[in-house]
Amino acid sequence: MKQTSQYCTFYLDGLFFGVEVMQVQEVIRYQETTRVPLASAVVGGLINLRGQIVTALDLRRRLNLKEREKDRFPMNVVVRTDDGAVSLLVDEIGDVLEVKEEHFERPPETLKGLARDLIEGVYKLPDRLLLILDTHKACTLDAESAAVLKK
Amino acid sequence: MSSIFRTIHTIKGTSGFFGFHKLESVAHVGENLLSRLRDGELVINPEIASALLALVDAIRKMLAAVEQTSQEGPEEYKELCATLTRLNEGKPAAKAPEALAVQAEKSLEAGNEAAPPPPVPATTPAPVAAVPPPAAPVQGAPKPSMGEILVQKGVAKQEHIEDAVQKQAAGDPRHIGEILIEQGAVRSEDVKEALQVQQEHVRASAVSESNIRVDVQLLDKLMNLVGELVLARNQILQFTATQEDSSFVAASQRLNLVTTELQEGVMKTRMQPIGNIWNKFPRVVRDLAAMCGKQVELEMEGKETELDKTIIEAIKDPLTHVLRNCVDHGIESPEARIKKGKPAMGRVLMRAFHEGGQVNIEIIDDGGGIDTDKVKKKALLRGLITADQSEGMSHREAVNLIFLPGFSTAEKVTNVSGRGVGMDVVKTNIERIGGTVDILTALGEGTTLKIKIPLTLAIIPALIVTSGGERFAIPQVSLLELVRLEGEAARKGIEKIHGAPVYRLRGNLLPVVYLNQQLQMDTATVGAEKVLNIVVLRADDRQFGMVVDGINDTEEIVVKPLGKQLKSISVFAGATIMGDGKVALILDVLGLAQHAHVVSATRDRNLAEGSKASSGNVEDRQTMLVFSAGAHGRMAIQLAQVARLEEFRHDAVEHTGAQEVVQYRGQIMPLVRLREVLFGTEEAAPASDTMQIVVYSNNGRFVGLVVDQICDIVHEAITIKHNEGRAGMLGSAVIQGRVTEMLDVEGAIKLAQSRKELALA
Repeated sequence: MKQTSQYCTFYLDGLFFGVEVMQVQEVIRYQETTRVPLASAVVGGLINLRGQIVTALDLRRRLNLKEREKDRFPMNVVVRTDDGAVSLLVDEIGDVLEVKEEHFERPPETLKGLARDLIEGVYKLPDRLLLILDTHKACTLDAESAAVLKK
Repeated sequence: MSSIFRTIHTIKGTSGFFGFHKLESVAHVGENLLSRLRDGELVINPEIASALLALVDAIRKMLAAVEQTSQEGPEEYKELCATLTRLNEGKPAAKAPEALAVQAEKSLEAGNEAAPPPPVPATTPAPVAAVPPPAAPVQGAPKPSMGEILVQKGVAKQEHIEDAVQKQAAGDPRHIGEILIEQGAVRSEDVKEALQVQQEHVRASAVSESNIRVDVQLLDKLMNLVGELVLARNQILQFTATQEDSSFVAASQRLNLVTTELQEGVMKTRMQPIGNIWNKFPRVVRDLAAMCGKQVELEMEGKETELDKTIIEAIKDPLTHVLRNCVDHGIESPEARIKKGKPAMGRVLMRAFHEGGQVNIEIIDDGGGIDTDKVKKKALLRGLITADQSEGMSHREAVNLIFLPGFSTAEKVTNVSGRGVGMDVVKTNIERIGGTVDILTALGEGTTLKIKIPLTLAIIPALIVTSGGERFAIPQVSLLELVRLEGEAARKGIEKIHGAPVYRLRGNLLPVVYLNQQLQMDTATVGAEKVLNIVVLRADDRQFGMVVDGINDTEEIVVKPLGKQLKSISVFAGATIMGDGKVALILDVLGLAQHAHVVSATRDRNLAEGSKASSGNVEDRQTMLVFSAGAHGRMAIQLAQVARLEEFRHDAVEHTGAQEVVQYRGQIMPLVRLREVLFGTEEAAPASDTMQIVVYSNNGRFVGLVVDQICDIVHEAITIKHNEGRAGMLGSAVIQGRVTEMLDVEGAIKLAQSRKELALA
């Protein structure tokens, strides 16, 4: 049983999140996105990542958080999934943190429904809580939210 | 098992004929064993299977020896024969376990396939081909034998060859050529020439045998890289447009040429002849026909037509299924066929060819055709269509019902086909790779299935358009033409029929969709455009027009798939990276057409119906125009048949001969006064100075039906009670609670014609 884990951290609406560092392919600044009409609002758009077309998901919308302010440009946390790379749009990037397993706990009761599904757990850091995102679930849009209009 | 038995049996027979007694006796023992296995008297088990495999090896060895030395070889195979005999004497089993038998069969077949075909001149003329037996390398054609070449050239006679062969069989160690020269049957020059022919042939086969095995993944990787190169090349070409430096421009031109050639070359590496999957089909058909008690002959044309490997994988199963359907349902039993005056042997023809940038595959049978009545009944039974839809259906629409999910006309589901999942899965699989399926049939005569698949999947030419401020790519294969309307034409060009916009393209009504509306993007200014750009597209053999904001260039784009979060959006086929590095979405024309209900999933031809009928929700409601013509009351006509409703002044009516006409949209439109034609009564003094005209259109020609009054447009479920003997009427129905007669437009027009004896010019 390992003692520590490493997470790539970021901020969303004042909340502090982390994803396992091994899942992260890269972190890049704001990229111009191409809108996808008829797609769910969670889909921020498509970006060109060195010749690959990557879907960008707006994590604020995915977690049902407040809309980002108009003048704020999101950063991209590109994660690896079975389907290829997916970019998660976040407010700001934090550091890579190493945290001790003993500080891990299941999600707190105060976290609302949807967000609770997508959070694997919490690390109690000295000054704040680190919410660990379930990347796979976050990147999977269910049948309803996947598209506004389907075949 | 039977086929393996037959092969060994044949070998036994002919080896005896040529005096290869060792081969004969080995084959004989094997044949006995196989016969018992085939008849189910013996159960196959691993020991027997091994013995049989050893038998095959032995036979192969002997045949190889015969080929090289004209003798069977030194081995005696005593042990093998003893084993086979012993196994043959084993006790018979109660029942042969299927699985094991099948497994053993498979392994034997696999072994057999690689074995050389028996040296029996089954296909070649009897005397000549015998010695040496045709070599059977896995690739390349068999080397022609000396005897064959000499006879072909006409320098030796059959009898001489036969004599020489016999001499060899009797133990003469010399080559055919030598024997013949000695006999004076041929000259040495001829033999030398013949030898040369053989050598060339060997060389040729050696050349064609210089293949190399490559890992498919590596090829895929190469394809991807080439795709990236194409994109990079596109970007560079964009820059060269602005460059003056001639050496730079020259270099990028060179890059362009090389990239194009590289792209073509890499595409080719993945191309395989369709024959690779077709080769299995004759056997499939033979077995199936036997199982169904029918006689079917399979012909194949265009085996060498090449397709990309992934396409071949994707169509293998659909084609097999279609073939099974042909044999199982299409071709009638021999008795039924003879009764119909057809030959007892049914014929299925498979054709493959390249045309118009696509691969065409056709499967044509001369069976019984598709009975549209049965099909409609079945669809009704399954709740896939309503009674009204069934009645109003064209032949084509009825035939296409078989593509609906959950459909099957087989009375009983056999393990062959008819499971009710077939044709719709075929269609889905083919459409998934961007192809189309079409079916033509004539009752009693046969059915033809036409499949079209685009040649290249990854890099396609596309037209770039803009709409709602975004760029989109339209695959050129779906593009028919571009229409640009300016000013007056732009304002009036799009007409509406019951709210649905249409455009008249050379007389044909083209349904029109607005791309920005379909994609629910902000529509900046609607209606006040100075310029209208209409892209005429084809989806599934239907045409429609799509209004876009602007039209850019045609480009070659690399199709990249969308992530799983977006795959379910049917209007997009993928995305691509443009020359400037930005991403653009690629439109799926068929998906777009379905989304816009221009081509509905259930092929409802009533366009004016809009979303209701085509959502798959079976409703009996129809939209009808109710009017009055004559004092006898109400009449109605399906709104879909109405082109327009117009009002004309009485003095606008002119005459050509005895026919009343008005000038309408550049045509001379004949008028049919319904009151007179149907009821024979003259019109009383007109109540107003205008008359109401229902404009009916047929193939671009208009006919004006003069009515008394337009009452209403209703949307109701109706049932028509058919009245016989009333020309011009389909029957009567209750609409809006009142009895209303349904007008038969064509009938009424014919009636008017015969009355006035005029020709509709």
